[in-house]
Amino acid sequence: MTRNEWYSTLEMRHGAELQKKFSSASVAVCGLGGLGSNVAVSLARAGIGTLCLIDFDRVDISNLHRQQYTVKQLEMYKTEAMKQTLSCIAPFYNIITHTTRLTEENLSLVADCSIVCECFDNAECKAMLVNKISECYPDKYIISACGMSGLHTNNTIQTKRLGKKLYICGDGTSDINDDTTLFAPRVMLCASHQANTVLRIIAGKYEV
Amino acid sequence: MVKINGTELDITDKSVAEYIAENNFDIKRVAVEFNGDILPKSHYETTMIKDGDNIEIVSFVGGG
Repeated sequence: MTRNEWYSTLEMRHGAELQKKFSSASVAVCGLGGLGSNVAVSLARAGIGTLCLIDFDRVDISNLHRQQYTVKQLEMYKTEAMKQTLSCIAPFYNIITHTTRLTEENLSLVADCSIVCECFDNAECKAMLVNKISECYPDKYIISACGMSGLHTNNTIQTKRLGKKLYICGDGTSDINDDTTLFAPRVMLCASHQANTVLRIIAGKYEV
Repeated sequence: MVKINGTELDITDKSVAEYIAENNFDIKRVAVEFNGDILPKSHYETTMIKDGDNIEIVSFVGGG
């Protein structure tokens, strides 16, 4: 497959104008777990031009339960494993990786991305990223996720918009605790909400 | 009246920080939309809730 063949295929599906927007977009995926690995795969398949992937962690056997990794990738850094996977899906686009923990201090790692996907699993980290991006980079869109655990109904997973540039996907309440866990389909449902929101924003559709 | 998370409330003389503390929100897990904009955390103590305000408080939960 050549770059032209891949690009032509995307153009045929999306139309030249939309594909140009997708190819020109830079999106950060912060966290490459159940949410982030699925968001990254969706966006790569859709032909997003630049993906900036950030995670400090390695692939663990418990991740195979819901994250886009394989047995052969166990112990690899998630950034490296994701880059490897995405290069098999969309080999001609830019994949930038940062194998580090994203904090308030190094938020500039997402400076070149116009859309930031918050794909952490820790509630305090989620709140930190949402608040700090809103404050320090008010021009950026933030697509966050909140509430996706358990075998609850599909129908409470929603996307809400707060302010002009913050979107929050999930049911808003289902926390992980001793009695509940995450299941792949519901996490992917939430990740799909995030990825679809990214595509809609790039296409100029800002309402939810 | 003030609308907080869709509910009309009669609140006066209270800052956003005070409301959060008094209503069992964990300040490390919240984001606040205040009249259409995301309110910086550094403004929670100085932003007073007044009649006509529309506030959404998101309390993040774990999982991802």
